[in-house]
Amino acid sequence: MIQAILVFNNHGKPRLVRFYQRFPEEIQQQIVRETFHLVLKRDDNICNFLEGGSLIGGSDYKLIYRHYATLYFVFCVDSSESELGILDLIQVFVETLDKCFENVCELDLIFHMDKVHYILQEVVMGGMVLETNMNEIVAQIEAQNRLEKSEDQVLG
Amino acid sequence: MWGFLPIGKQAISSAAGTSGVSSSKSKEAEIKRINKELANIRSKFKGDKALDGYSKKKYVCKLLFIFLLGHDIDFGHMEAVNLLSSNRYTEKQIGYLFISVLVNSNSELIRLINNAIKNDLASRNPTFMGLALHCIASVGSREMAEAFAGEIPKVLVAGYVDTMDSVKQSAALCLLRLYRTSPDLVPMGDWTSRVVHLLNDQHLGVVTAATSLITTLAQKNPEEFKTSVSLAVSRLSRIVTSASTDLQDYTYYFVPAPWLSVKLLRLLQCYPPPDPAVRGRLTECLETILNKAQEPPKSKKVQHSNAKNAVLFEAISLIIHHDSEPNLLVRACNQLGQFLQHRETNLRYLALESMCTLASSEFSHEAVKTHIETVINALKTERDVSVRQRAVDLLYAMCDRSNAPQIVAEMLSYLETADYSIREEIVLKVAILAEKYAVDYTWYVDTILNLIRIAGDYVSEEVWYRVIQIVINRDDVQGYAAKTVFEALQAPACHENLVKVGGYILGEFGNLIAGDPRSSPLIQFHLLHSKFHLCSVPTRALLLSTYIKFVNLFPEVKPTIQDVLRSDSQLRNADVELQQRAVEYLRLSTVASTDILATVLEEMPPFPERESSILAKLKKKKGPSTVTDLEDTKRDRSVDVNGGPEPAPASTSAVSTPSPSADLLGLGAAPPAPTGPPPSSSGSGLLVDVFSDSASVVAPLAPGSEDNFARFVCKNNGVLFENQLLQIGLKSEFRQNLGRMFIFYGNKTSTQFLNFTPTLICSDDLQPNILGFITKPVDPTVEGGAQVQQVVNIECVSDFTEAPVLNIQFRYGGTFQNVSVQLPITLNKFFQPTEMASQDFFQRWKQLSNPQQEVQNIFKAKHPMDTEVTKAKIIGFGSALLEEVDPNPANFVGAGIIHTKTTQIGCLLRLEPNLQAQMYRLTLRTSKEAVSQRLCELLSAQF
Repeated sequence: MIQAILVFNNHGKPRLVRFYQRFPEEIQQQIVRETFHLVLKRDDNICNFLEGGSLIGGSDYKLIYRHYATLYFVFCVDSSESELGILDLIQVFVETLDKCFENVCELDLIFHMDKVHYILQEVVMGGMVLETNMNEIVAQIEAQNRLEKSEDQVLG
Repeated sequence: MWGFLPIGKQAISSAAGTSGVSSSKSKEAEIKRINKELANIRSKFKGDKALDGYSKKKYVCKLLFIFLLGHDIDFGHMEAVNLLSSNRYTEKQIGYLFISVLVNSNSELIRLINNAIKNDLASRNPTFMGLALHCIASVGSREMAEAFAGEIPKVLVAGYVDTMDSVKQSAALCLLRLYRTSPDLVPMGDWTSRVVHLLNDQHLGVVTAATSLITTLAQKNPEEFKTSVSLAVSRLSRIVTSASTDLQDYTYYFVPAPWLSVKLLRLLQCYPPPDPAVRGRLTECLETILNKAQEPPKSKKVQHSNAKNAVLFEAISLIIHHDSEPNLLVRACNQLGQFLQHRETNLRYLALESMCTLASSEFSHEAVKTHIETVINALKTERDVSVRQRAVDLLYAMCDRSNAPQIVAEMLSYLETADYSIREEIVLKVAILAEKYAVDYTWYVDTILNLIRIAGDYVSEEVWYRVIQIVINRDDVQGYAAKTVFEALQAPACHENLVKVGGYILGEFGNLIAGDPRSSPLIQFHLLHSKFHLCSVPTRALLLSTYIKFVNLFPEVKPTIQDVLRSDSQLRNADVELQQRAVEYLRLSTVASTDILATVLEEMPPFPERESSILAKLKKKKGPSTVTDLEDTKRDRSVDVNGGPEPAPASTSAVSTPSPSADLLGLGAAPPAPTGPPPSSSGSGLLVDVFSDSASVVAPLAPGSEDNFARFVCKNNGVLFENQLLQIGLKSEFRQNLGRMFIFYGNKTSTQFLNFTPTLICSDDLQPNILGFITKPVDPTVEGGAQVQQVVNIECVSDFTEAPVLNIQFRYGGTFQNVSVQLPITLNKFFQPTEMASQDFFQRWKQLSNPQQEVQNIFKAKHPMDTEVTKAKIIGFGSALLEEVDPNPANFVGAGIIHTKTTQIGCLLRLEPNLQAQMYRLTLRTSKEAVSQRLCELLSAQF
């Protein structure tokens, strides 16, 4: 199961945070900071897996992360997930973002935070992998967009 | 709209760059802006003018963003809940998002939220149903499970959603989430067989979700789902053998449905190898996966190799799990061997990890061993600590008698440069391997001393206790150990742990090397004493014990040692323990004859065999699964261990001697004991042998003594017995596994008691577990109105149930009197309270979940149910009273450790009062059934 999905920039500013295991709000922030410090000190081309920080449960959990330009995407998972599978899932998520936003950048994550959440919800649900087929995900998002447009037209 | 922050405007997929820098100044500005924005939103929400849907959506979205930045959001929940019941999809959507991210346990709102969810689930509108299912899965609370666990299975297998794949997919995962939170609330039923058939569904997304669900359910209910095995195999077979284009959208970088393959392989790991018919097909699949790994890649992209290898690693896991096909196991091992040298760090990491499990299979252990050089090389050259850590784990797993010297040597040399975070673990591993595979114990001693030299700070007590125990139990290594520690101590700067080991070993076996003039007694003494002033108090205390042992071993150094003990820095040391030892040892060396010295300070007896506490420590550090394997094989040949607080350098025979353990009791007592005859002469004079066969004339227990006995469970002082003639009062103190009890006999009459003889009787059952002895007989004549005192020393060897009996016989005015009372020496007296946080408490509570570890008693209150009195009783019982641990403040929880000589037993207790029924429920959890049982009996009688 995925415990948490954390996206933050090179300075540790959170850009997307989703916890699937309940933590008090201040602990959530501490986990983001702890995770940031754990991945920040790692070189770019070493392995993408490391043991979880103490706040999130230590060595029972793994942090699986990828670093794209200004953003770190970190998934915290338990032993029931395949490491490489999650690594690919991050890629699917980012590629989907890229398709939906056309050259997605950090700014999109801020201005369209709701959209980013909706895209994530098509990929991961309550900590479990929901859909991995990018075309299917994009189709769902496009359907949502159409629905939104039609509502705007009908109800103004 | 946002404008809070400087942000990177660079495309994520482009090369690395910089984004805005947050200085403390901009941080202040940010807070200011956010507060202003929050005030604005609040006023909009509170304002008279009803907000239109768009504005509500906008503001809720802003709140989410502010929450993301780490600011508390204490309003807006109600507005979000209102959005849930909107008919507009986009408003509903943002409402659900807010709830999923920000919901708190506000019960009022939960009811409203559940209501909205219920409506949407019943709407048969797939989009709305999807939103509702998402929300349930995100919150996943017990309240949600209570409300919907019965509903979701219906949605999952309902006929009308046949066409709605996305709803089925969401329902499967939603149910999985609820099952994880509250398995007791998800009813098994007809739906289970229909879920299994979802493995045949046309939509691969549905199959993936169903596989996740079945995998989790099958772990707890294997019978119910066993038909899934053949379905999973045939599904897997269809994927693996298909041309990658068959699966169209589910092909990821030329790999057909990698996620589903991984999930199916995981599901199969819940079951043993299937029947021959199915097994043939599965073996074919696994072989195909292994073959594909050898084919040239269809794409240079890393995504292609990732996806392909994700499947491959999962297939290898399944092969290892089945552990039945030697052919496949060897192929798996060769494949992992290739990965060990792969240029991708991720693959090297995963290969090391998988090989660890492979090493424990008898078919492949030898094959794994062939990679030893590569693994050692990884330890030396990997840049990433995560990978090096896996290399250490693998070396530990592949170690056996044939390669132990090499592996231990490599680990030792790695230790010199290892990351601080993993040093302690490596130390434990080296210590375990060195002991387990020692053929030659001189090698073992060298290894441990090296360990202390290289990483002394990371060598825990368990490790150095252990080397001492092994040396004491094996006489073939004692001379070598003495020589080696002597040499190691020559170093100008040596670690304190080495001083401890050195002090202990030379104190026991220094005589074995004293013949060599280079290590004569005096040189040994000066060498140790040169370290004395640099050491901490516990080490100095240990060294003082070494010195008194030297007095016995080498009479010629006695004057030198007496001079040292006599010096002001010892006799007047500010530390009570050191001062006491100096005083007692000096006195002992002065007054005792050589015979007595030889008896009191005789060589340590061998330690009893027990499970290694080092292994226990490693298990605690790494979780049980990683070390059980080794442990099983280990138990047979494990030598012994002492988990005790300090290995007592003096004899521990059942006599009061100034051994460090006994002199804990020496506080305020008469001068040190050795003024009497040798302890072996039982019953003569000073030491009353409590095990003498006086039981035949013992009176039955005095009436009423049971009640009195119970009163002493939670307190230590008071009147134990009283009749017209005699009063018996008690005052006792306990520390760790030792106790001391002062018994006061009061003659209430005006006439003398003659032949007054108290005797302590331990029954045969009790005798091996508890040692009690009266230190001094009382005068046989007790004058009228006088009170006499007697001291009993107690040592708890292991847990016990019965209590010793005190029998008193005397003559009063020509009649013979005989009184027996139970002495309130109960197991809980050896409690040491342990404070712990709520999280730790419940974690340990869960660890002690075997049925035999728990004892529960439900009983009626015999006394008024007063909170303060109850608290005092629990504290008096000896455990720590833990506040704010139990979610229900009316309950009491406690924790402590029972100290016995042989072991320490952690105990957790929980007392739940029910005022209305005037009942209590008491639950005890300890690692030992008899202990749980006894403590529960004792404490239940108190309320």
